[in-house]
Amino acid sequence: MMVKFRPYVLTLFALLLSGCVHEGLRGTGDMGLVIERTDGSILIVDHSVGKSLGRIEGLGDLSHASAVYSRDERYAYIFGRDGGLTKVDILTRKIVGRVIQGGNSIGGAISQDGSLVAVSNYKPGGVKVFDSKTLDLVADVPAKEAGETKGSKTVGLVDAPGNKFVYGLYDAGEIWSLDFSKGRTPKITKYRDTGTQPYDGLITPEGRYYISGLFGEDGLSLLDLWHTDKGVKRILGGYGKGEKALPVYKMPHLEGWAVADDLAFLPAIGRHELLVVNRRTWEEVGRVPIHGQPVFAMGQPDGRYIWVNFALPHNDTIQVIDVETLKVIKTLKPGKGVLHMEFTPRGDKVWMSVRDANRVDIYDTSTFERLGHFEAKRPSGIFFTNRAHKIGL
Amino acid sequence: MKIFCLSSRTWLCVAILSLALFAPVSAKAELSDERKSELAYFLEQDCGSCHGLTRQGGLGSPLTPETVAETDDETLFDVIMNGIPGTPMPSWKPLFSQDEVHYLIKLIRKGKDYDG
Ligand code: HEC
Repeated sequence: MMVKFRPYVLTLFALLLSGCVHEGLRGTGDMGLVIERTDGSILIVDHSVGKSLGRIEGLGDLSHASAVYSRDERYAYIFGRDGGLTKVDILTRKIVGRVIQGGNSIGGAISQDGSLVAVSNYKPGGVKVFDSKTLDLVADVPAKEAGETKGSKTVGLVDAPGNKFVYGLYDAGEIWSLDFSKGRTPKITKYRDTGTQPYDGLITPEGRYYISGLFGEDGLSLLDLWHTDKGVKRILGGYGKGEKALPVYKMPHLEGWAVADDLAFLPAIGRHELLVVNRRTWEEVGRVPIHGQPVFAMGQPDGRYIWVNFALPHNDTIQVIDVETLKVIKTLKPGKGVLHMEFTPRGDKVWMSVRDANRVDIYDTSTFERLGHFEAKRPSGIFFTNRAHKIGL
Repeated sequence: MKIFCLSSRTWLCVAILSLALFAPVSAKAELSDERKSELAYFLEQDCGSCHGLTRQGGLGSPLTPETVAETDDETLFDVIMNGIPGTPMPSWKPLFSQDEVHYLIKLIRKGKDYDG
């Protein structure tokens, strides 16, 4: 009798040992994480039930932190301000790897094949690339030329088709690409003179165009990755028409910027406007006057509406823009410090972090009603696992 | 003294601001404890979005007692009020009074651990 029961006893033990984390088998497609920027912690969340499943601590300085996912949607790689790159298993809710890879990092990306994670750094500048399984260093690419002592800050790092990473050099005004298609020593391509002070970048959802937002000029730069021989061209040059820009209290983020229909929506630096461009010609087709200076403008997954949040002193507000009429159709006031939004994969809901209220709010995208909320400590970025399968996210 | 330009009409802010600048009381007025803690929070979170929550730097330079040790209060005041043209450091004049900027400088000099 005893012998017969032993396997069950063992199973029971295993279940007990693994604690309350394994609530049985589950997929991760409706999971995600919320950055708690002040405490160096993250919440693991479930967007089917609309709540937090638990907290993971010990991730360092998470101001301006972002995350990408492994292609199996199980592991999150979190890029912290203190240069920390942390790998988290969202199922067991454990940190499974952590390296301090630089002095001061700003963001990262995962390669098309999922094998590499790249991190861009402000200090000492440059990009470091790690093995996504082990977090071993694969490549270290300083953003400087031989003989230069100080490296450039790197910004707007994205993955691109062909196992490439593309990013901007803030101080040098250049765009570089690292091609890992032939192995672990990248082929580096440098595009010179691509605009003054690129502050961030985006890649269009199909992975063809890389766009740098410029702080030092009225305009953006565009690189067609299908025809790199044509070089980088300026778009929307002089959008400010020489008018004095307002002080910029928070830099816009280009990642997740809205591309809907045949239009792309881009921020006008220091202005209360979104610039609307045709995605084929890259000519301006309109402007949308909005409540303040935009930080994120994110397209609802069905492409119908664009949701925008704002820099100080307007960061208590969200506006919704109708892509067909280019008009603001809704203004919401979730509370002070609305820092980020994330849509559920098919766009039925949008989550937003309300930093000063220590809250994450969940809205219905068809009624614009708040459906629920839960507590989070100074929440900022929200990242759902479906990002795993999107170029540039 | 609290100046928030919630209106997009900047001239209005400027008008209010110049009143504030030249009103002799504003130079001496004590900040309330509530406002002080708002400013500490602001320094951490909103200055922190460029200078880092721990003020070790980001797009903005590090902002620690050591890095500003060589810079006098007047210069820091000017930088915060007027920004640094040609860089992303904005002018905070529309959001803060003189007293408030002096208080921010005090907090910067004390360093991160004292923000309470
Ligand atoms: C949008 C980004 C941004 C924000 C927000 C910001 N700063 Fe800055 N700040 C900068 C940059 C960039 C520099 C460095 C400019 C340069 O290259 O010299 C700087 C420089 C400074 C300096 C000069 C430092 C030195 O050692 O000379 C001070 C002081 C300063 N900032 C204070 C503040 C305060 C106080 C706040 C909040 C009220 C703030 N900053 C918010 C971007 C920002």
